[in-house]
Amino acid sequence: MSNTDFVLAIEDLTVSFDGFKAIDNLNLYLDRGELRVVIGPNGAGKTTLLDLICGKTRASAGSIKFKNEEMTRLPEHIRVRAGIGRKFQTPSIYENLSVFKNLEVSFPRGRGVFGALGFRCDDEVRAKVDEVAGMIGLADRLDMEAGLLSHGQKQWLEIGMLLMQDPELLMLDEPIAGMSAKERELTAELLLRICRNRSVIVIEHDMEFVSRIAHKVTVMHQGKILAEGPMEKVQADPKVIDVYLGH
Amino acid sequence: MNAIKNWLMRGGYGSFVILALILVVVFPLAMDIFRLNLVGKYLTYGFVAIGLVMLWGYGGVLSLGQGVFFGLGGYAMAMFLKLEASDPESTKIQSTPGIPDFMDWNQLTALPLWWEPFKSLPFALFAVVAVPVLLAFVVSFAMFKRRVGGVYFAIITQAVALILTVLIIGQQGYTGGVNGMTDLKTLLGWDIRTDGAKYVLYFVNAGLLLGAILLCRWIQLSKLGTLLLAMRDKEDRVRFSGYDVSMFKVFAFCLAAGLSAIGGAMFTLQVGFMSPSFVGIVPSIEMVIFAAIGGRMSLVGAVYGTLLVNFGKTYFSESFPDLWLFLMAALFIGVVMAFPNGLAGLYESHVKPWLARRRSAGAPATLPVPPAPAGHAAPVKAEPALSARVSGQTA
Repeated sequence: MSNTDFVLAIEDLTVSFDGFKAIDNLNLYLDRGELRVVIGPNGAGKTTLLDLICGKTRASAGSIKFKNEEMTRLPEHIRVRAGIGRKFQTPSIYENLSVFKNLEVSFPRGRGVFGALGFRCDDEVRAKVDEVAGMIGLADRLDMEAGLLSHGQKQWLEIGMLLMQDPELLMLDEPIAGMSAKERELTAELLLRICRNRSVIVIEHDMEFVSRIAHKVTVMHQGKILAEGPMEKVQADPKVIDVYLGH
Repeated sequence: MNAIKNWLMRGGYGSFVILALILVVVFPLAMDIFRLNLVGKYLTYGFVAIGLVMLWGYGGVLSLGQGVFFGLGGYAMAMFLKLEASDPESTKIQSTPGIPDFMDWNQLTALPLWWEPFKSLPFALFAVVAVPVLLAFVVSFAMFKRRVGGVYFAIITQAVALILTVLIIGQQGYTGGVNGMTDLKTLLGWDIRTDGAKYVLYFVNAGLLLGAILLCRWIQLSKLGTLLLAMRDKEDRVRFSGYDVSMFKVFAFCLAAGLSAIGGAMFTLQVGFMSPSFVGIVPSIEMVIFAAIGGRMSLVGAVYGTLLVNFGKTYFSESFPDLWLFLMAALFIGVVMAFPNGLAGLYESHVKPWLARRRSAGAPATLPVPPAPAGHAAPVKAEPALSARVSGQTA
């Protein structure tokens, strides 16, 4: 397959679970600096797509290239180190550690066993933690136990943990689920800010939110791509209205 | 003075100092050498228990086969001592003098090749740690790379314990079989059976145990300790933060194995023999019970748990030999159900707040009473366990 300028190039990707094709011959290309939103009805394969990109699920066939490097057979932690960050649907943070510790542990240094033993929290780490904590609005909560944060703050913290690693591709699975209107507002601003120097894939259902942040929208249905393009074009597509938006 | 006090409090070393005083000062003063030697024997299980705190409490990996590593460490030490005890002079009545007696009884006429290196003390000491750690590495690497965990891993460790027991008993000519290696006498000419030697060995053992606690505490406070805790709760988050989770589990397993092996070697030195009865499934599970009762999140607690259960065992098995195993099982089930963080957990959740209340009641003018740690736990059901875990992080 050809080399491209795309940060992420997915070609002929298929995964089947006992014969059921959750992702079926899917092609998807993502530009550098692009914020892509993936929408689709339940069971369309959106989360599975992210699982395949980050390595949580193994592809049955096809190729996933990140910066022109084949990722399909690599283990998860290698993909993370290459620059792919993944946020899970439910906030996945270390509840019994402080906010500071949550961010510190995510700093990309000392990732081997002995590296972790010798890891020291120096000024570089502290500066990065402060910078990220400022971005996600938790600068005054650094000493708090993460489990005591509100739901929205937990989601931000997990995004912050990813930002600690400066990933070139960030994947967010329903980042505003369960958030208040005010929190959605802040999250939208945060996403627009962090996609300035990286590519972002977001799975989301909230159409108002999608139209606010998306550069381009991909509509998935039954493991395939139904439509792709700017929000207005996708919203006007009769196929899309039929399977998803019309309901 | 205040600086020292602060240091003790901050790192949670206060409880460590108390334990050190009990082991190094109180026990030797209060007990005769027979009892002290018995305590020394119990403390060798303490190595296994603190290994389990790191592996099970911190790493979330339950192993029911720690006896394997305890045994291997013990056997490596015993092989050296047995060779020293089997010089041609003292074995001249055998048909082949100069080899261990059990080999002679099993019609072996020469020392097996793999026994040869154990004539050297440095090699034997190296093997005490290296052999168990190597086995632990092979087993855990194969399992954790395949994402085998939880109950399945525990069952595998049981299988390893069973296999090793069968192997040792079956290869009687090479291992001493079911009797084990007995009649160990001297270490480089130094008679380990005398009272003086027992005193020295007790202190060496206690010193090593305290050193092991400090080592584990240092690991707990490093980023590796944080990662072990994080992995136990959110394994996927750690993996998708760029860490190879399996290697961290392998490390915890090897660490626990190495500590157990040191315990095993000290057992051999203090008790004077090693046998398959310390390798199998039953002793391995007993060792898990020590850690569970003491508190699987607390290094110091695990040592107290080991001492307490073993004192109990000695007392009850003298008085009610048939009931002991049932009593122990009941104790284990009771602890796991009623206070999952063991004695140390009880101390953290009950004694400590009570002490804090008393202290603040004694000096009412200083500070308001700190809120009880369970106070913020109301909204989520799982929270009491979480905050208990956090407070359980002191040594």
